[in-house]
Amino acid sequence: MSKVNALLQGTLDWVDARFPLTANWKAHLSEYYAPKNFNFWYFFGSLAILVLVLQIVTGIFLTMHFKPDASLNASGVPVAFASVEYIMRDVSWGWLIRYMHSTGASAFFIVVYLHMFRGLIYGSYRKPRELIWLFGIGIFLCLMGEAFFGYLLPWGQMSFWGAQVIVNLFSAIPVIGPDLSIWLRGDYVVGDATLNRFFAFHVIAMPLVLVGLVAAHIIALHEVGSNNPDGVEIKKKKDANGVPLDGIPFHPYYTVKDIVGVIVFLMVFSVIVFFMPEGGGYFLEYNNFDPADPLKTPPHIAPVWYFTPYYSLLRAVTYPLLGIDAKFWGVVAMGAGVVVFAFLPWLDRSPVKSIRYRGPLTKTLLTIWIIGFFILGFLGTKDPAYKFFGSIPGAPVAQLLSVYYFLFFLTMPIWSSLDRCQPEPDRVTMK
Amino acid sequence: MKKLLFAILFAPVVALAAGAKLHLDTAPDKANDMAALQNGAKVFVNYCLNCHSASYMRYNRLKDIGLNDDQVRDNLMFTADKVGEPMRIAMQRNDAKVWFGAAPPDLTVIARARASEHGSGADWLYTYLRSFYRDESRPTGWNNVIFENVGMPHVLWDLQGDQVMGEDHKLKLVKPGKMKPQEYDAMVGDLVAYLKYMGEPVSEFRKHLGVVVLIFLAVFFVFAYALKREFWKDIH
Amino acid sequence: MSCDDNVDCGRRRLLVATAAAGGVAGVAAAVPFVASMLPSERAKAAGAPVEVDISKLAPGQMMTVEWRGKPVWIINRTKEMLDGLTKIADQVADPKSDKKMQPDYAKNDTRSIKPEIFVAVGICTHLGCSPTDKFKTGADSGIDPNWPGGFICPCHGSTFDLAGRVYKSKPAPDNLEVPPHMYLGETKLLIGEDKKA
Repeated sequence: MSKVNALLQGTLDWVDARFPLTANWKAHLSEYYAPKNFNFWYFFGSLAILVLVLQIVTGIFLTMHFKPDASLNASGVPVAFASVEYIMRDVSWGWLIRYMHSTGASAFFIVVYLHMFRGLIYGSYRKPRELIWLFGIGIFLCLMGEAFFGYLLPWGQMSFWGAQVIVNLFSAIPVIGPDLSIWLRGDYVVGDATLNRFFAFHVIAMPLVLVGLVAAHIIALHEVGSNNPDGVEIKKKKDANGVPLDGIPFHPYYTVKDIVGVIVFLMVFSVIVFFMPEGGGYFLEYNNFDPADPLKTPPHIAPVWYFTPYYSLLRAVTYPLLGIDAKFWGVVAMGAGVVVFAFLPWLDRSPVKSIRYRGPLTKTLLTIWIIGFFILGFLGTKDPAYKFFGSIPGAPVAQLLSVYYFLFFLTMPIWSSLDRCQPEPDRVTMK
Repeated sequence: MKKLLFAILFAPVVALAAGAKLHLDTAPDKANDMAALQNGAKVFVNYCLNCHSASYMRYNRLKDIGLNDDQVRDNLMFTADKVGEPMRIAMQRNDAKVWFGAAPPDLTVIARARASEHGSGADWLYTYLRSFYRDESRPTGWNNVIFENVGMPHVLWDLQGDQVMGEDHKLKLVKPGKMKPQEYDAMVGDLVAYLKYMGEPVSEFRKHLGVVVLIFLAVFFVFAYALKREFWKDIH
Repeated sequence: MSCDDNVDCGRRRLLVATAAAGGVAGVAAAVPFVASMLPSERAKAAGAPVEVDISKLAPGQMMTVEWRGKPVWIINRTKEMLDGLTKIADQVADPKSDKKMQPDYAKNDTRSIKPEIFVAVGICTHLGCSPTDKFKTGADSGIDPNWPGGFICPCHGSTFDLAGRVYKSKPAPDNLEVPPHMYLGETKLLIGEDKKA
């Protein structure tokens, strides 16, 4: 036994002399001190990494069988669409890999939205974590691109018309818009060229950027240390060895805890993959089982659920402004709806970080905003003429909520400093 | 905090409850009825597979519904030479466009494509195949209640007979076919069950496997949770 | 593994249990991914057995059919060709076909079911090139004045006799593979399957 140990130690020393393996292990795991009061909301960071790995691995194996080809095969079906069904039927276990990938796309957004919500309620974007937050917004944007490019690949009706609509958004940009959207598509309509380039973006360009940003996100986090539900800095109170009093080593404490989170996540994930892979038409849209037909738009098209809040913002703008038509301003609203998150670190002027010590004003405004976000998302899946309970028209509600969406952020410097906050504790609390 | 969460979670559910509904009859569930699925396959091959292909479905896959290669070769294969081949059709797409105005769609995944907020794809197909009625204003002489101005004639008319749309917007059988209405409905039920199976042949196995996976994860959870408790007992 | 005083037994047991469950999960999760790289149903359908009509194959002639994307040779050997096989038995590496490169029913002197009809996969057992037929004997073959007729691989010069047996001291290690095959009738061969289910 001791000989084996000596050999292992020798190998480790050999590696450490050439590569900082032990040093990295300590810096990021065994001697990375995380606040001991992480709660439920703190599972979603590691879960996001899990889903990223899952998407990359399943994606690699799907790439082995998928064909980005819009031409029609002998039976008159587009090759790309047929190759997805080939994966679902002819490839051994292909159905499982494909369902994991399609469910993983939605899971990624669910996990990332919850992760962002955590940041929002505990003030994780505040100084000194502004860069972590900005990298995170970068990841979010990248993820949206990744999802958008990937959604075209099955070449179903929703794939096709979704891409058609989104690419046409760029044509709203004054002067260069129409040429820009033709350049993006490489054709006058979404076609084979578009499918091929979206495939390239989806399988290599976006994932590369995404992985790089995730690395930057984690490096920045481990530089400044994690926030916690109390929003107080654990590094302010250290013991004689310089270890934060309220910090515990990430490994083993949070590794064993995250394993539990991972298993629970996998259970929920499995329920969807094995029992409801279509997710009630939200994860795999029904219309997408019809192959793309450039001559026939489905009666009702909506983006996948994770884009719908921004889609509502887009549709809410119906007035021309400054001599430019409403379409352009809709696109601006949609873009701003995403990018506005990046300014949070400088919009929030509250003396405390965590929702726990914030006043009623913040809690109320945030609650309304979250509910509004959900309703915008819901309306985005519906026809513009949708009426709640068959009577209350949805369009004005969406417009009202869109205004609130932006006012919430724009007036944040005022209400966040006005609010009656409770004093933060010195040390973290275990609730 | 908890209240806020509930409010968020339930907002869309309440909103979902609204909206006009297309009425669809519920297709009988015959997913595990091998005799029904086999009959459905026979009807499909005899009535549908002349104009519609099922080009992702291989004949030998029918082993899922209890048919071996010889049975398939002898009873169901009219368009292919080998049992490993998919269900293709001989009709040229361009001819089909001329004859029907549009090429008849491939039916492999039709039961998935026809699902909507109004009901499952099977419900839609079950209703559709029973809702053809005589309409002399249409080139084919047929129309359909839930698929207005449909391009396809009523292929199963000699079995069902002629229906007409009454003044009260209800269908009436004016000329009986070879089958009694109950027999016809049962036959369409078999066909729809087959179409549903063909849309996702793996679906029954998928659910069985899901149960195994969940049981395993539950055991894994017990170990992992105990381990977490064990480590965290020192943290206060 | 025994517990001593320095180790927390309960913790160790849980660690082992969790690691074992994790290991099972990892292996189980790997199975679908590994299996997805096996031949698909489409590849299997394309690799289905092939029926060949050999009624027009004259003695001394050879025909090639495709099975699983590989050339399969069918040779109708003459009496002289068959006699030649016994004469060169000491020159080939595995004259008795002891290595399992053929189904049992083809483990005989002629490596075939019917003595004259030889069926083999025309892929050299060295590195996968397809050998060329050289049925002309002697100096006419351009190989060797004593050449009794057979095959030569253009890639690395392995030579095979008319029963697909590899000559001694050549790069190819084994005799040519005889695929599973059976007779459906007097002149009808099925290649790729040897028993009717």
